[in-house]
Amino acid sequence: MRSYTPKDNVQKQSYYNDRFYVTPKLPRQSAYSDSTFSADYLSLKNVVDVKEAYIELDHLIVHIEPQDNIKAIKHLKEIRAYDMMMELSAVDYIASRGGFEIFYELMSISKRKRIRVKTFLKQGEAIESVNPLFRMADWSEREMYDMFGIVANNHPYMKRILMPDDWHGHPLLKTYPLHGDEAARWYEVDKIFGKEARDEIGPEIRDSAAIDRYDTTRFARLGHEVPFGTQISEGNEPDTKVQYQEEDTPEIFGRKIVTPFDEVETKHLEERR
Amino acid sequence: MQHKNRLKPFFENITFDRDDNTMVVNFGPQHPSAHGQLRLILELQGEEVVKAHPDVGYLHRGMEKMGENMIYNEFLPTTDRMDYIASASNNYGYALAIEKLLGIEAPRRAEVIRTMLAELNRIISHLFWLATHALDVGAMSIFLYCFREREFAMDLMEDYCGARLTHSAVRIGGVPLDLPKGWITNLEKFMFILDEQIGIYEGLLTKNRIWRMRLEDVGVVDEKLAKTWGCTGLILRGAGVKWDLRKEMPYGLYPELDFNIPVSTTGDSYGRYKLHMQEMRESMKILKQLVTMYGETDSQLMAHAPQYISATKEDIMTQNYSLMQHFVLVTQGMRPPVGEVYVATESPKGELGFYVVSDGSPYPYRMKLRAPSFWHTGLLQDLLPGHQLADVVTIIGNLNIVFGEIDR
Amino acid sequence: MAQHEVNYLSNGGAPIALTTVDKLVNFGRSNSLWPMTYGLACCAIEMMATGASRFDFDRFGTIFRASPRQSDVLVIAGTLTKKHAEFLRRLYDQMPDPKWVISMGSCANTGGMFNTYATVQGADRIIPVDIYLPGCAPRPETLQYALMMLQRKIRKQPCKLAQKAKRLI
Repeated sequence: MRSYTPKDNVQKQSYYNDRFYVTPKLPRQSAYSDSTFSADYLSLKNVVDVKEAYIELDHLIVHIEPQDNIKAIKHLKEIRAYDMMMELSAVDYIASRGGFEIFYELMSISKRKRIRVKTFLKQGEAIESVNPLFRMADWSEREMYDMFGIVANNHPYMKRILMPDDWHGHPLLKTYPLHGDEAARWYEVDKIFGKEARDEIGPEIRDSAAIDRYDTTRFARLGHEVPFGTQISEGNEPDTKVQYQEEDTPEIFGRKIVTPFDEVETKHLEERR
Repeated sequence: MQHKNRLKPFFENITFDRDDNTMVVNFGPQHPSAHGQLRLILELQGEEVVKAHPDVGYLHRGMEKMGENMIYNEFLPTTDRMDYIASASNNYGYALAIEKLLGIEAPRRAEVIRTMLAELNRIISHLFWLATHALDVGAMSIFLYCFREREFAMDLMEDYCGARLTHSAVRIGGVPLDLPKGWITNLEKFMFILDEQIGIYEGLLTKNRIWRMRLEDVGVVDEKLAKTWGCTGLILRGAGVKWDLRKEMPYGLYPELDFNIPVSTTGDSYGRYKLHMQEMRESMKILKQLVTMYGETDSQLMAHAPQYISATKEDIMTQNYSLMQHFVLVTQGMRPPVGEVYVATESPKGELGFYVVSDGSPYPYRMKLRAPSFWHTGLLQDLLPGHQLADVVTIIGNLNIVFGEIDR
Repeated sequence: MAQHEVNYLSNGGAPIALTTVDKLVNFGRSNSLWPMTYGLACCAIEMMATGASRFDFDRFGTIFRASPRQSDVLVIAGTLTKKHAEFLRRLYDQMPDPKWVISMGSCANTGGMFNTYATVQGADRIIPVDIYLPGCAPRPETLQYALMMLQRKIRKQPCKLAQKAKRLI
C-alpha cells in the first residue's frame, strides 16, 4: 500500500517532530496593561461584540465577528484615530478550523500604535468590503480573492489581480501545491500553442536536482567546449582559449575592420579615480 | 517562420463604458522605461486621462507560497528579490521581524553594519530613482551620472557581501561577515564624491525650467488620499505628514542617530523630488555617524541564541555540539514560538512590513509581505484622471514603484 | 555553435565573392545588434547598468529600441511568469527576421529560484533561445561576454534573410 499523504495541507511539513518538545507560545498581555490600548479596547467593546483581546508583541489584537468588521473599523478610524490601514489579508485555517482568519492591520499616526483586527470567516461565506472606509482595500481585497477565493461584497471590481484572469484555482490555499496543479503546469503552453503542443514541449522540470541521461553528452566541460553532437566521453577535448574575436575578422585593403584587443597596450586602472 | 501558435491579434479584453470620444490606450506590460511590468489601461479624452486601470501581476512569482514551504533562513534570499534595487533593506526588515518573533537581539556591531547597509541601500535606491525618473522625463544624462555613482556604491556592496544587486547580506540574528579592510575608507571616499555630485544634480535639475514645468503640480497627492490608500514613505511625507518609522516608531539603532526628516508641504512631484535629494543627504549624515560608532563596538556578529541561531564558524569547526546544532538548524530549520508578528521598517519606498504567522514548525504558516509599492500603484487609479498623457509617465516614475514588490 | 559549411561548387560558381559578402553582412549584423528593452525583474537593473556609464553597451553598436519591429535581439532579463508568457510570444513574433534571443539570468534560463506555480520554468519553453546567461543577477561583464558570443555565433551563420525555425526545448 502506498503511504497516505494528507491532501488538506500539501505544503512542506517538518519530517521530524520531537515527541516531547512543547513549542512555547508568544507571551500575551491583557488588553488593559497599556493605557492607550486599554482606552481603545473599552471604547470598541461598546460598539461591537469583541470575542477576545490581548496585547502581543506591541500590537493590540482584537477578535470580532465577520459581520461587524465595518462597524469596528469605522469606529477605530473615526473615533479612535487609527487613520491608516496597513494590511488586509487572510490566513488559511480550513483544515484545522474550517475557515479563514482575516486580519486588518491598522496604524495610528497620532498615537503611534498598531492594532490588528481579526475575524474568523467560515469557508464559503463572504465578507463585507471595507473599501468605503479605506481605499487600499480595493486592491487588498482583490488580492485576497485571487489568492484565497474570499469574495468581498460591494467591492467595485472583484476580479483577479495577481494571477491571469482565466486562472483556475486559488494559489495560497493550503490544498494548492507549490508547483501548481495541472492547469497551472500547462497554462502557458495551452494558451500559446494549444493542448496539442503539450507532448512536443514536454513537462516542466521542477526537480532542481534532476539528472538527465544526456547530461554527459549535451554539455561540454567549461573551457573545453566543442560543437553540439561531438562525442565527449573520452575526455580529451581540446582547450578552448577565451577569444573575444575570431582571427579571421574581415579585412578591407589589408587592414582588419575591428582592431583586435591587445592586452599589453591597454591601460589598467589600479585606483578608482 | 514562427512555430504555429494560437495567438491572434486582439484588441482589448477589458471593456469600459465607452463614450464617443474616449480612446483606450494600453501601456503594455513591456515598458520602454525602467519600471517593470505595469499594464496601464488608460481611457483618454484627447490628451487627458479620464480613467486609469493599472493591471499588475505580471511578475507574480509566488513568494508568499514559497515562504510557506521554506525554512526561515532559506527564505531570506527570496526577500532580496522583492525590492531588488535596495535588497539589503528587505533583508533587514525580514531579519528584524523574525528576531522579534524569536525574542532575540542582534549584537551591536551587527546592528551598526546592518544600519550602514540599509542607509547605503537607501542611497542606491534614490540614485536609481533619480536616474530612471530623469530618463523618463527626458533628462537622459542624469541617468548616466547617477549610474556612475551607483556603480561605486555597488562596488562597496560587492566588497562586503559579494553581490552587486541581490545582497542577502544580513542573517537572522546578525550579519555573517565583518566589514573588509579598507571598506570604511572607500565609504568615506564615496560619500565625499556623492556630496558634490548630488550638488551637481540639484544644480542641473532643481531650478531647471523644463524640470519644474514637468514636475510642479503634477501628481498632487494630498494627505487624505495618501492616508486612505495606505501610502507611506515619501508619498506621505510629500503630502505634509511628518511620518518616518525611523523616528516615530524606531527600531534598531535609529533612536541613537541624529538625522532630520524632510517633509514637503506641496504634494506634487516636484516636492517629492526635493525630498528624495534631501533624504540622500540625511542618509549620508547617518552613515558618517555610523562610521564612528563602528570603531567602538566589539566584534560579535551573530546573536547568541543556540536554540535558533547557529554558532560562529570557529565554534562549528571545533566544538561538537555547535556542529550538531548547526546541522539540525540548517537541515530541519529552527522552530520559533507559536504566534504572529508584524514588523515594519522604513525601506526607501515606504513602509515595508512582514507579517509572519508561526505554528511552531520550521516552516512559517503564513508569510505576508507588506510591500509599499502595491498600494502606490493602486493609487494611480485615483491619481491619474485629470492629468495629461505626458504626466502619466512622470507620475509613474515619481511614485518610485518596484514591480518585484508589487507582485511578489 | 552552428557549423558553417561553405560549398564552393554552388551559388553560381563565384565562391570567394560570396563568402566575403556573407562575412560582411554578418559582420554588419553582429556589430549593430539592436536589443529590445525586455527588462522584467532584477536582471533588468543589471542590463541597465550594462548600458550605463561604466559598462557601456553602446560601444558594441547596440542601441536599445523599445519597439519589437526595430530590434534584432531580445534580451530576456528577469523572471518570466505565466501571466506574461503570452505577451513574450507575441512580441517575439512581431520581431522581424533575423532575430536572436539571449536569455539572461537564472529565472529566464530555467525558472531560477522561483520553482512555483506562477513561473515559466525557462523562457525556452516559449521561444527559442540562442544564448543562455547564468547568474542571479549576472554581472554586466557576463552580459557583455554573452553579447560577444552572440556576435561570434552570428558571424558563423550563412546570411540568408529567413532563418530556419529553431527548436524549442
